[in-house]
Amino acid sequence: MAIFPLRVRDLRYQPNGREVLAGIDLELGDEGITLVLGPNGAGKSVLLRVICGLIEPGAGSMAWGDEGARRPEQGVMMVFQRPMMLRASVLQNVALGLKPLGLSAAERRRQGLAMLERVGLADRAEDSARQLSGGEQQRLALARAWLTKPRLLLLDEPTASLDPSASGEVERIIREIRTDGTRILMVTHNLGQATRLGDDIVFMSGGRVREHTPVQRFFARPQSDEARLFIQGELPWRMRL
Amino acid sequence: MSAFAATFSDAFSLLATFDHTVAEIVVLSLQVSGGAVLLGTLIGLPLGACIAVGRFPGKSTMSVLVNGLMGLPSVVVGVVVYLLLSRSGPFGGFGLLYTPLAMVIAQTLLVIPLMTAITRQVVEDVWQRYAEELQLMRFSWWDSVTTLLYDCRHSLLVAVLAGLGRAMSEVGAVMIVGGNIDRATRVMTTAIALETSKGDLALAIALGAVLIVIILALNALAFMLRHWAMRRYG
Repeated sequence: MAIFPLRVRDLRYQPNGREVLAGIDLELGDEGITLVLGPNGAGKSVLLRVICGLIEPGAGSMAWGDEGARRPEQGVMMVFQRPMMLRASVLQNVALGLKPLGLSAAERRRQGLAMLERVGLADRAEDSARQLSGGEQQRLALARAWLTKPRLLLLDEPTASLDPSASGEVERIIREIRTDGTRILMVTHNLGQATRLGDDIVFMSGGRVREHTPVQRFFARPQSDEARLFIQGELPWRMRL
Repeated sequence: MSAFAATFSDAFSLLATFDHTVAEIVVLSLQVSGGAVLLGTLIGLPLGACIAVGRFPGKSTMSVLVNGLMGLPSVVVGVVVYLLLSRSGPFGGFGLLYTPLAMVIAQTLLVIPLMTAITRQVVEDVWQRYAEELQLMRFSWWDSVTTLLYDCRHSLLVAVLAGLGRAMSEVGAVMIVGGNIDRATRVMTTAIALETSKGDLALAIALGAVLIVIILALNALAFMLRHWAMRRYG
């Protein structure tokens, strides 16, 4: 079943009466990298969690594919800012996503090693995953998600707290995943990264999507005051909520 | 030499000469407690992980119940197992009463709640951190349980050690269902109780020393293993 286009309509989420998502409207086509920008507390990470089904929205709808399915059968993965690392080897961690598929241990190992080769961690295959650096752990998490061949990959600030070199490696892998045919929706606070990676920008503040435009237009001619101030680093606190 | 020092001297002699009676009792104790802990591990660890991961009505009640049963009096377990295995009981036909197997059954029932409760707590803490990602990878409930048990394997040594400590130091249940029969069901704790009541304190102290050394050695081994695992896997 095709999961694109994804149409999000008037999505709302109000835990304990606090409005985190205040009516999100969004449409995603089947290719490219969309970057979600916005100040802290804008609801970016929550939006990703709602899209992948980890959070049940209070109201609104999501329609997947031309058939408008309420939730996709499979093909949606998410990589978190601090990804889970089992107390096991790098290889065991990367092959973890294959466990529910019922593949043999030998096949999981073969696919896992091939994937580690692609993300430059093959020489660390037998090391403990928890002893990898932050950048290596993020690459491992991306590899684990990539191995499941997702149609939509949600990334929640995957380069937060990484140095430029480690960020560059992660960005290279994200581009490869995109080239491999995976649609990417990624939250970031790094405007430089947004211009390097993004095809289009979703700008959020106060639990709403304020703009959804191609990346060049967003930075050249932001349509909302919030976006303009955000780019200039001058978004006042009262406008963030 | 005072009576106190003489008793310790006799106890040391028994240990130094590898006294046959002491060795027999120690071996049987290890077999019974080891068997109980093995069964307790096979039942209690998966059960604890299932309670931690599962979403079902009565989960909180079950957690409270398991925690409460950690302090189950061993004599109560002894009496219940005695009733079940006695000739007129539902399992009387198997003729297990006053055999080492009956002692294994009683000790298993004692260690399961303890091992289950510790496992539930350890696994639940990790599950809270892993749940979202495992859910996204479409892990079944059982896949999650096995993955978490594997991930927590070093921490769960504590559960196994706690079970072993409880089993080896327990006296009430094995006394009731084993009968403390010489060369058949006499283990360290029941022998210590008996020899003390008879006034043969040397044998009691010798067995007590062995019991303490075994428990300390196992704890030291577990500590080293956990320390190594923390360095190896983080």
